[in-house]
Amino acid sequence: MTTMTEIQTTQVYQVFIKATPERIWDAITKPEFVEKYFFGAQVESTYEPGTPLRSWSPDRAKLWTDNTVVEANPPRRLVHTWRSLYDDELASEDESRVTWEIEPQAGGYSKLTLVHDQLDGAPKTAERVAGGWLLIISGLKTLVETGEPLTASWE
Amino acid sequence: MTIWSRILIAVEDDDRVFKALADPTRRFLLDRLFERDGRTLTELESELEMTRFGAMKHLRVLAEAGLVVTRRSGREKLHFLNPVPIRLIHDRWIHKYAERRVSALAELKTELEETG
Repeated sequence: MTTMTEIQTTQVYQVFIKATPERIWDAITKPEFVEKYFFGAQVESTYEPGTPLRSWSPDRAKLWTDNTVVEANPPRRLVHTWRSLYDDELASEDESRVTWEIEPQAGGYSKLTLVHDQLDGAPKTAERVAGGWLLIISGLKTLVETGEPLTASWE
Repeated sequence: MTIWSRILIAVEDDDRVFKALADPTRRFLLDRLFERDGRTLTELESELEMTRFGAMKHLRVLAEAGLVVTRRSGREKLHFLNPVPIRLIHDRWIHKYAERRVSALAELKTELEETG
């Protein structure tokens, strides 16, 4: 009944966060924040369109993702390609796309929407990232709202 | 904003999710989107034995709880399952009460099997 019967080529994640778009933008782009909710990943990027956005394992021994910034409009919109390198099976799949949208809301809230799409040529990636994005988004919300990382449930 | 008003907002968010889930038609709709995401109202409506208006009403409750997000694709409005509110309910309500006991049982099982 609940088995996935078809490849999801577009995945959407949305959450309301009690923070300004600027703070959420920082949490998405500053390495010292990212490592706290992104499985300890060490990210490197200037966030200029056309430049790389790479992430490394916590000990920097292994390149985890090799992405390219497509569009950056701080603090509202960031688009980058996605290629998982942490698993050989995923690394051989086609590149997909990740879009972060931040919209200010009433009462000091912002709406964060993450869309991972163009997954047509990356079915295994689609399957693997689904649970990961959930942990990342709920961890990001907790970090921005409380200043504390969510208990490291991937460890 | 005081701690208390933040707690109240969190409670209201949880309420909306629990209420949205407390209906078999809405759970049915979520399961259909889980199988195949990004569907139009017409597609979803064809899975239900009710009027278009009835289907829209249920989808609105799911959208207000944040469980369904709509996005435009050309001329179509597509409905997507948003699993984040369920994850937050899990973090707040399921993990706290269930995980520790389940892992204690799992440890007991391992211990008994090793010593037995």
